[in-house]
Amino acid sequence: MSNPQQIDRQEYNITVYTENHVGLLNRIATIFSRRKMNIESLNTSPSEIEGIHRFNIVINETEEVVGKLVKQIEKQVEVLKAYYHTNQDVIWQEMALYKVPTDVIAEKALVERLLRENGARAVVIRKDYTVFETTGHREETDNLIKVLQPYGLIEFVRSARIAIIKDSEGFNRKLREFERAEPGEGAVENEFLNSRDNVFTM
Amino acid sequence: MLTQEKQAPELLEATKTITGGEAIMLGLLQEQVDTIFGYPGGAIMPIYDALYDYREQLHHVLVRHEQGGIHAAQGYARSSGKVGVVFATSGPGATNLITGLADAMIDSTPLVCITGQVYAHLLGTDAFQEADVISISAPVTKWNYQVTEAEELPEALAKAFYIAKSGRPGPVLLDITKNAQLQKFDFAGYTPCRHIRSYRPKPLVRKEYIRAAAELINNARKPFVLWGQGVMLGAAEQEFKAFIEKSGIPAAWTIMGAGALPTDHPQNVGMLGMHGNYGPNVLTNECDVLIAIGMRFDDRVTGRLDKYARQAKVIHLDIDPSEIDKNVQTTVPVWGDCKETLPMLTQLVEEKSHTAWLQKFHTYRDTEVAELIRDELFPTSGELTMGEVVQQLNDLTNGEAIVVSDVGQHQMVACRYAKLNQTRSNITSGGLGTMGFALPAAIGAKYGAPDRTVVAVIGDGGFQMTLQELGTIMQSGVDVKILILNNQFLGMVRQWQELFNERRYSFVDITSPDFVKVADGYGIAGKRISEREELKGALQQMLSHQGSFLLEVMVAKENNVFPMVPQGCSVSEIRLK
Repeated sequence: MSNPQQIDRQEYNITVYTENHVGLLNRIATIFSRRKMNIESLNTSPSEIEGIHRFNIVINETEEVVGKLVKQIEKQVEVLKAYYHTNQDVIWQEMALYKVPTDVIAEKALVERLLRENGARAVVIRKDYTVFETTGHREETDNLIKVLQPYGLIEFVRSARIAIIKDSEGFNRKLREFERAEPGEGAVENEFLNSRDNVFTM
Repeated sequence: MLTQEKQAPELLEATKTITGGEAIMLGLLQEQVDTIFGYPGGAIMPIYDALYDYREQLHHVLVRHEQGGIHAAQGYARSSGKVGVVFATSGPGATNLITGLADAMIDSTPLVCITGQVYAHLLGTDAFQEADVISISAPVTKWNYQVTEAEELPEALAKAFYIAKSGRPGPVLLDITKNAQLQKFDFAGYTPCRHIRSYRPKPLVRKEYIRAAAELINNARKPFVLWGQGVMLGAAEQEFKAFIEKSGIPAAWTIMGAGALPTDHPQNVGMLGMHGNYGPNVLTNECDVLIAIGMRFDDRVTGRLDKYARQAKVIHLDIDPSEIDKNVQTTVPVWGDCKETLPMLTQLVEEKSHTAWLQKFHTYRDTEVAELIRDELFPTSGELTMGEVVQQLNDLTNGEAIVVSDVGQHQMVACRYAKLNQTRSNITSGGLGTMGFALPAAIGAKYGAPDRTVVAVIGDGGFQMTLQELGTIMQSGVDVKILILNNQFLGMVRQWQELFNERRYSFVDITSPDFVKVADGYGIAGKRISEREELKGALQQMLSHQGSFLLEVMVAKENNVFPMVPQGCSVSEIRLK
C-alpha cells in the first residue's frame, strides 16, 4: 500500500549556523532522535566566518516535517539560523576513499580505464594496496564501489555531504545584525511568513 | 564558549579576589533572588559554604528530596512570576531534578538550577557521584552549560537568568565543577545579560499580520478566543482583558491559562479540552474564527486533530515561532510577545458584543449544569464528591486562594471548579502531568506569594509520591493548607479502566497510611472527615488554622470526571456521562 506521506518524501539539506558550543551537536541530534528519525548524513565544519560553525544535515522527509524540524533547531539558544533546501537548490558533494590491492590494479589495464571514467585519482600507492579518492554525488561514489568490487575492494569509506546554497549571500551581513542589541527586520526576517502568501488569502 | 557584552570599565577597576562560590552568591543577589530551594552534597559544598555568609539575604529552604526542591522552585516561579532557583549536588542530586526539569520545560517555567559536579580533572572517570548531567538534562532544559573555571561563572550565571526568563521561559541548568566553586579569581563585578547574538527571545511583530488578524476578527460572526499560560507569562492580563472586552468575543482557557481572566468574568465561558466544559468544546467546531493566544494546541485540548475546528480560520498569537502550525494549521500567524501584539490588535478590532453567540455558550452551560455540575457540586445525599469540596472551598476563600493541584481526577475537578479571582492562582502540572507535584509546588508557591492563602489539592496517590516534603514544612514553618481528596484509588486510571477496559481494575487499588497520623508525626495539625455535615466546618478549621494543616476528605470511591472527550474523538463528541 502506498502511503501519501512516503510519496512526498525527498532529500532535504538542512544548513545550520551555530556558535561553537559543547553539547550543541547532542541537542541538535536529539531533535531528530526524539522523533525516531534517521539522519542520512551530518557534517560539521567551520563556516565563512571565524568562530561560527556550520552543520550540513541530510534527511529524507516531507517538507512539512522538515519545516517543523528546522524551527525546532533554530529555537536552540546557540543556533543563529537554520535553513532547508532541496537537492536542486544546493551544490553538493560527497567524498569517498577506496582501498584496492595494488597487484590487481597493476595487472589489469581495464581497472585503470574504469578509474579514469569515474573520475577517481590515486592518493596513496603502496606495494600492497592503493587508495583511490573520488568526489561527487551519491550515485557516482556508489557506482565506483560496484566497479571495484570484482577487483578485491578491501575498504571503502564515504564522507558526509557538504552543500553550498545556490542563492545564499553568505552569513556575514546577518551576523552583524545579530550582534546588534535590537536586530532589524533583516535579521529577524522570516522566510516562513514570506512564503505564506499562497496559503493565506483574505 | 560564552559571548557577551564587554564589562563596563568602572567595574573592571573595582576587582577583588573571591571564590567561584561567592561569585554565585553575588550574582544571585544582583538577580534579585530572595529564595533558594536546595539540598547540599559533596560536590556542591563550596557553594553551600559561600551561602553560609549570605544566609540572611538569600533564604535557603532545605527540602527533603531534590525533586521536591525543583517542584517548589516551580511553584515559586508560577506564583511570583520570578525565576525559581534550585541547588543540588552532583550525580543523584542532579538526576533527581530531571522530572522537575521536564515539567518546567513543557510548562515554560523559568528556573535556574545549579548543580555541583566532580572536579574538572575527574570528569569522565566515573568518579564518585559523577553523572553526565549536561547530556542527561539537554532535552529537558532550554539551555545548559558546564562551568569548569571560576572566572566563567559571572557570565554563565548572567546568561542563565536571561535565557530562563526571556522569550518563552524555561528551565536552565548550570553544572559547576567543584574546582570552579573553590577557585579564587579576580571578580570584576556582575553584569546582567541583555543580549546573546544567537538568541532572539521575541520574534519581530509583523504589522500586516496584525491587520489581517483584525480584519478576520471584524468580519467574524462567531469568533472564539482560546487562551493559555502565555497571557500570564507575558504579564499581559490587562491587555488581554481589554482585547476581550472591546471585541466582545467569548473566551475559554486551557488549564495552564486558568485565572488570567477571572472565573466570573461574563465572557469567560470555561475550560477547554478532555475534561473541559461542554460549550467551549462543542462550539470549537462551530466558530468561524478561532483566536488562540499563548497556547500550544496540546492533544488534551484538541482531541482528534483532523476533526478539530476544520471550519474555522485560525489566528495564532505566540512568542515561540515553532508553535505556529505545529499542530493546527494557522490562517494568520501573529508572532510576538502578546503584551505587544494584543494592544495592537485591540486598537484595530471593532467594538462588538456577540450576544447571540455568547448565549449559545450559556445554553450549553445550562445543560451541563443540569446534567452533571449540579450533582457534582451540590449533592444532597450519597458519598462526598470532589466537586463539592472544591465548591465549599470557593465559598470560604471567595476565590482569593492559590489552588495548587496534583495530577488526576482531583486535578481536573480542581481546575474545572476552582474560583479564581486573580492571575497566577492556579498552579498545576499541565503538560507533563507529574504526580507528586502539588505538595512541594505549594510550598514554593507560598514563598512566592507569602500574603496569599495556598491550598494544595492532592489525591491519595500523588500525595504518597512526595509526602517527604512534610519535613520541609515542619522545618521551615511555611503555611500550606493540604487538602487530600481520598477516593482510595488511582482514580483517573481507574476511570479509564472502567470506561474503556471493561472495569478490569489493574493495580489502581491503592492503600494509604493514616495521613493525619503521618502529619502529626511531622508536627502538622490534621483532620479526617467523611460526612457532608463536617465538610464546611473542617474546611473553615483548615483555613483559619495558624500554620499548615492537613485535611483528608474521604470522597466517593468510584466517581468519574465528566464531561469527557474520549481519546481519539473530536472535541464535539464530548460525553456528558
